Amino acid sequence: MKRYFGKVFVAAIVLVFAVSMMPGAGLAADTIKLGVAGAHSGDLASYGIPSVKAAELVVKDVNAKGGILGKKVVLLVEDDVCKPEVATSTATKLLSQGVDVVMGHICSGATKAALGIYKAENIICMAPSATNPALTQSGDYPNFYRTIASDDAQARLEVDYALDVLKAKKIAVLHDKGDYGKGLAEFAKSFIEQDPRAEVVLYEGVTPGAVDYSAVVQKIRRSKADAVIFGGYHPEASKIIMQMRKKRMKTVFISDDGVKDDTFIKVAGKYAEGVYATGPRDTSSNPLAIAAIEAHKKAYGADPGAFFLNAYAATQALLNAIEKAGSTDYDAVSKALKTEYVETPLGKIKFDNKGDATGIGFSIYQVQNGKYVELK
Amino acid sequence: MDYFLELFLGGLTRGSIYALIALGYTMVYGIIGLINFAHGEIYMIGAFTALIVISVLTLMGMNTLAILVIAGVIAVIYSSAYGYTVEKIAYKPLRNAPRLSALISAIGMSLFLQNYVLLAQTSDFLPFPCLIPDFEFMEPYAHIIGSTEIVILITTAVVMVLLTIMIKFTKIGKAMRATSQDKTMAMLVGINVNRVISVTFIVGSATAAIGGVLIASHVGMINFYVGFIAGIKAFVAAVLGGIGSIPGAVLGSFILGWTESFATGYVSSDYEDVFAFLFLVLILIFRPAGILGRSEKYKI
Repeated sequence: MKRYFGKVFVAAIVLVFAVSMMPGAGLAADTIKLGVAGAHSGDLASYGIPSVKAAELVVKDVNAKGGILGKKVVLLVEDDVCKPEVATSTATKLLSQGVDVVMGHICSGATKAALGIYKAENIICMAPSATNPALTQSGDYPNFYRTIASDDAQARLEVDYALDVLKAKKIAVLHDKGDYGKGLAEFAKSFIEQDPRAEVVLYEGVTPGAVDYSAVVQKIRRSKADAVIFGGYHPEASKIIMQMRKKRMKTVFISDDGVKDDTFIKVAGKYAEGVYATGPRDTSSNPLAIAAIEAHKKAYGADPGAFFLNAYAATQALLNAIEKAGSTDYDAVSKALKTEYVETPLGKIKFDNKGDATGIGFSIYQVQNGKYVELK
Repeated sequence: MDYFLELFLGGLTRGSIYALIALGYTMVYGIIGLINFAHGEIYMIGAFTALIVISVLTLMGMNTLAILVIAGVIAVIYSSAYGYTVEKIAYKPLRNAPRLSALISAIGMSLFLQNYVLLAQTSDFLPFPCLIPDFEFMEPYAHIIGSTEIVILITTAVVMVLLTIMIKFTKIGKAMRATSQDKTMAMLVGINVNRVISVTFIVGSATAAIGGVLIASHVGMINFYVGFIAGIKAFVAAVLGGIGSIPGAVLGSFILGWTESFATGYVSSDYEDVFAFLFLVLILIFRPAGILGRSEKYKI
């Protein structure tokens, strides 16, 4: 009797250990794990934080209605500070937590770094804001999707606007040497070169974070450019525009959605007036967008930040695809993303074979009286 | 020729920005042979202090010149207090430890201060008001050089002259030179070495704070990370000029500023840093102690 008791005791302990050693497996059965990765701190946190809030709001709604396929959705939020070298460990960490799909990352460079890791594990990754064209067009990452148009769409719009509306003849193209900015600048340059109406008089990369851009600004002046097209983010853009205006230059400044951020206007102040920037099309008349923004105001007491709606749409698209696929299986979800339309704040979307969302585009905005106004 | 002059002045401004920060690096190195990596953060704290003071005073409706002076003075006091405290906490206990320990301690302090400001303030870029008004007589030249840039240039020159006078002709300056030559011997002849080192840190931090206020006013924005980037460049400038030498730091900064400006102007800003560091390597090959540095012979 005593020996029998001992065996049961040992078996019980082994069982306890066995169970405690695989909590992931135990949880995975009844939840769907949605990873949210991006810049949640650091310089570019203002792009990443809204995506976390969007995911929280969508998931709260979904869970209130009983979840997906009878399972609750849980969020795994991980910060990559927008740095490629951090993003790889962010991705590895998400995988070790047993993530099913990932919504993120925010910056193109970080997304690219993380994608290889997701690809090896057959995890679908959908970015709300990574706009580098190669991410989808190269075909290297079949597991990648995005709810934002790629940079070449933005560059096309910037160049068309400069040539058709502003009638610029000499254009200076600048970038910040980053994946995002340089990619965009290269597209802008090649589009201008294909067009006989204008020429690229200057093509340069500036050092991000430098204390002073006066040499570049003097170079722009000497090139006699009518317009500057800048690819990059708002900290450099605001420094360049401030130094240009302080040096009494009235050259038109056109930039991208990395600059279409209220921080740019806050920092550059009166010097921001008249700056053009491309950004995702205005969706303020879409009832789903209005509802999403209202929900954000109710939950956090403030207007949502950049890429909030893209992240909202991405989260909805991912969860919808899982529901339609009936599982989190890679092939089934991929097929659902490409075939099933989903109603989102950005409109009715699905994804093409490369992973770009259909029906999402850009508009030109201009800073007028301290606000970005969409130009029709 | 106009273009050359514009680039020359641009490089001069950039150089004087580096110089204001490099002075603190070089002073501390001259006295205790420590590369004070937290110096860039002291500069950043100076700029943040000034921004807070400016916001408060602007609400009270003071005039710009008064705000500039008060903000500058408070930033200097506050940064000096930080410099003093950092030295007492992070470097003094390691005074007799191997040099590497103090260096690691300095890097740690730099990261600590960055993250402290990140958490206590914000990670966003904050707009920094331009405190120096556009001088009217400058208007014809405004496309070449702005009034803020002129003020930075003059301040750098004044600070450099004052520091040189202090080191050459005052009692504390003499004590500094003695400490830098031989710490033990200086102690034996009755110099309070700890006090001399504290004063060095206070003076170095004060120059960094002045730099912080003026440079932030020139750039128009600050965040917790500005000190790090500016600090690295200023450090390079100090090494270029001969670390430990005050005129050397200023000269090195100007050379770095011009190299960057001309490289951008005549070649491409893509290669701005390449040229800056190429120049550093060349100078260090031919003058390993920097342009004005004295090479010290160590006896084994």
